[in-house]
Amino acid sequence: MARILPEPTPETRHFWDGCRDGELRLQRCTECKTTYFPPRAFCPSCASREVEVYAASGRGVLWSYVINHRPRPDMGTEPYAIAVVKLDEGPTLMTNIVGCPQTPEALVLDMPVKVRFEKQTDDISLPLFEPAQS
Amino acid sequence: MMQNSVAVVGAAETTKMGKIPDVSVIGLHADAALNAMADAGLKPSDIDGVATAGISPVELAHYLGIKPTYADGTSVGGCSFMLHVRHAAAAINAGLAKTILITHGESGRSRVGSGGFGRSPSSLMGQFEMPYGVTSPPTMFTIPVLRYMKTYGVTEADLANVAVVQREWAALNPRASFKDPITVDAVLNSPMIAWPFRMLMCCLVTDGGGALILTSADRAKDFPQKPVYILGTGESVETPLVSQMSDFTSSAAFKISGKKAFDEAGITHADVDHLMIYDAFAHLPLYGLEDLGFCKPGEAKDFIRERNTAIGGKLPLNTNGGGLSYMHSGMYGMYALQESVRQMRGTAAAQVKDAKISIAHGVGGMFAASGTIVFTNEK
Repeated sequence: MARILPEPTPETRHFWDGCRDGELRLQRCTECKTTYFPPRAFCPSCASREVEVYAASGRGVLWSYVINHRPRPDMGTEPYAIAVVKLDEGPTLMTNIVGCPQTPEALVLDMPVKVRFEKQTDDISLPLFEPAQS
Repeated sequence: MMQNSVAVVGAAETTKMGKIPDVSVIGLHADAALNAMADAGLKPSDIDGVATAGISPVELAHYLGIKPTYADGTSVGGCSFMLHVRHAAAAINAGLAKTILITHGESGRSRVGSGGFGRSPSSLMGQFEMPYGVTSPPTMFTIPVLRYMKTYGVTEADLANVAVVQREWAALNPRASFKDPITVDAVLNSPMIAWPFRMLMCCLVTDGGGALILTSADRAKDFPQKPVYILGTGESVETPLVSQMSDFTSSAAFKISGKKAFDEAGITHADVDHLMIYDAFAHLPLYGLEDLGFCKPGEAKDFIRERNTAIGGKLPLNTNGGGLSYMHSGMYGMYALQESVRQMRGTAAAQVKDAKISIAHGVGGMFAASGTIVFTNEK
């Protein structure tokens, strides 16, 4: 069963193109300097339309998660963590944590993580995260 | 809104609760509406305003043969009915309608005539949450909780205890789905759903509905039931994505809605005799007690452990058994309102003696929205 995938809109296209090209792209207001997520054509902090896209570090910490013991059919048969990462640039983002056991012992809050793009189709790669050295 | 200017004069739930495979969603709305009209001594032709969520107010009005001058289709999840009450009170004050019917019906368990839970893959949830394996509320509403637990030293046993205390209330309620006592150990040994959440920390999935009828306080005294006045109201919304909550240890929508309701009502926390906090999952009463200001951040677990919210405690909470033990069809806010109304009428199964002020506080979506209603039986 094919994994449920996102369908980009004009406002989010840069983000998904970045994932495809191996770059985590965030937006930042050029007036108030706020970095925000998810993508939109204006700053949610000051409403300015003067915003820019930039390549983020791809680093953050594990902020919170659950381990889903009733897997969605497209996600396989084993329990998996649905996580939120707090990026070094500020925003939080939902993701999965890969490259480590899906257990409370291995998934410790505040542990450093870094992005790893996993290709799904020619158009879509998902920004997943793996444990990183601090 | 103006304090005590509007009252609930009709209130009822569906005739049956729990598993109702022979009634569709719209049928549950209608059953609850007819029961509430009977409670108030009204016919559909006496109703000139409608509000509902899940289905359209157009469907509701046409199905019941109502020709309204007011229709509210606010649909922000399970607390929609708190918002409907708030909007109806303002509408009656403003003369938009005189007698407003608010309904809920959901075939959460049997799924008769109900829509799906899917999201478009181009929606914000479709793009930024669905790809990571979220399913239904147990894997979304629960996401912030580990951060809350780490911040305040809340344990899995603390979460379990919320369910244990509410089951004690449910035991007093003949209509509750689950009435047998449970222990913290039993909760912690129930099947894993989404760690750290076990099955008994998650709400039921049932069929049912409820309806309310509101009119001006001036007219309310002519109705058969004891009027339940609306003393204060609040509402707010935050984010459609749980991953984008501004603070994982607190709901911004809860705080804004709660403060607005307390301010409108002109009451302090000590004035509150009875409290309902929408409990889709065991962490919600903890967030609710703190965000409404009954407890300081991190202290709700102790407040519940010390039995302040239990039978005989100073702040009886979720006295119908809550979504964890009473019933939960999907949008539980209506049942929290119904229990507040019963407590104010003096007709609840687990009646709080001499209760004069009751609050029903709701959540919509996954911390997406909130609504708060302060009721009183004194004017």
